[in-house]
Amino acid sequence: MTGTDALLLALGALAVGSGALAVATRHLVRAGLYLVLCLAAVAGMYLVLTAELVAWVQVLIYVGAVVVLLLFAVMLTRAPIGASTDLDRPGWPAALIGGGAGLGLAALLVDAYRWSSVPLPTAGSAERIGEQIFGSWVLPFEVLSVLLLAALVGAIILSRPDIGRSPVDQAGDSAAGDTSAEGRRSR
Amino acid sequence: MRPVIPYVTAALLFGLGTYGVLRRRNAILVLIAVELMLNAVNLILVTADTTVRSQLPHGGQVFALFVIVLAAAEVGVGLAIVLQLYRLRASVAVDEVPLAEPSSPNSPTEAPSPNSPAEPSAPPPAAAATPGEADR
Repeated sequence: MTGTDALLLALGALAVGSGALAVATRHLVRAGLYLVLCLAAVAGMYLVLTAELVAWVQVLIYVGAVVVLLLFAVMLTRAPIGASTDLDRPGWPAALIGGGAGLGLAALLVDAYRWSSVPLPTAGSAERIGEQIFGSWVLPFEVLSVLLLAALVGAIILSRPDIGRSPVDQAGDSAAGDTSAEGRRSR
Repeated sequence: MRPVIPYVTAALLFGLGTYGVLRRRNAILVLIAVELMLNAVNLILVTADTTVRSQLPHGGQVFALFVIVLAAAEVGVGLAIVLQLYRLRASVAVDEVPLAEPSSPNSPTEAPSPNSPAEPSAPPPAAAATPGEADR
């Protein structure tokens, strides 16, 4: 048991613990904050595993952007501040399937790797990962940029109710839409 | 470095994510659980990158980066859908979403929603505007 293993164990326990709290808590906002803790612990594990670039991208995109988006959605759907009682379904099937998947996979991986040890490889610095992305993985990278553009356009179209409707509909709904927006604002 | 530690962590995180997706009713909490599952997969990819020698070095880390980008796109579109759902039904409970095609144009507003009753103060024009939005 070296220092690397101790760090991995501590960060893994932190990640699993905060992940469990994120799926079990009754406070919506706290679920988002526990998710931040879990993602940060996983980013620490990436650092220990010498994946530097992935760790910082995780901090930037996940802890930065994705969690902020989730918290925005929590606020925009007017989530209650305190504890909510109606967040969960009865949980026996979920516990069975989730626990079965998690423990089954864990048993498989423990059986495959036992307590073996491997040397840490060369660090995945930005330079090396960049060489790989723009050398061997250029085509998936470009396809991914097209997918990001599609997701962007799709999100805009989904959140604009006035796009993608026939002109007749639009004319008929414009008056009603105005008043319904009024009503939404007033309540 | 013992690869079994991050592997088991990833497996447990994936189990927690599965549990959360199946258990939660709130759509935002379902998305949070999906993020947990995606993170477990990323952790597996990065750990495999350090333990498995492949022909292309650092393929696992490159894939982890791709999955992070996919997760960002997924959460963007997912939250747009959740906000649209909230706009239509004033509730983000995933088990109250009618899966069947509405038979009559008015049925989306008439479907019962037990824990968030339709606001009595909602003006009738809002109800009239909703079917048009539901058609898209």
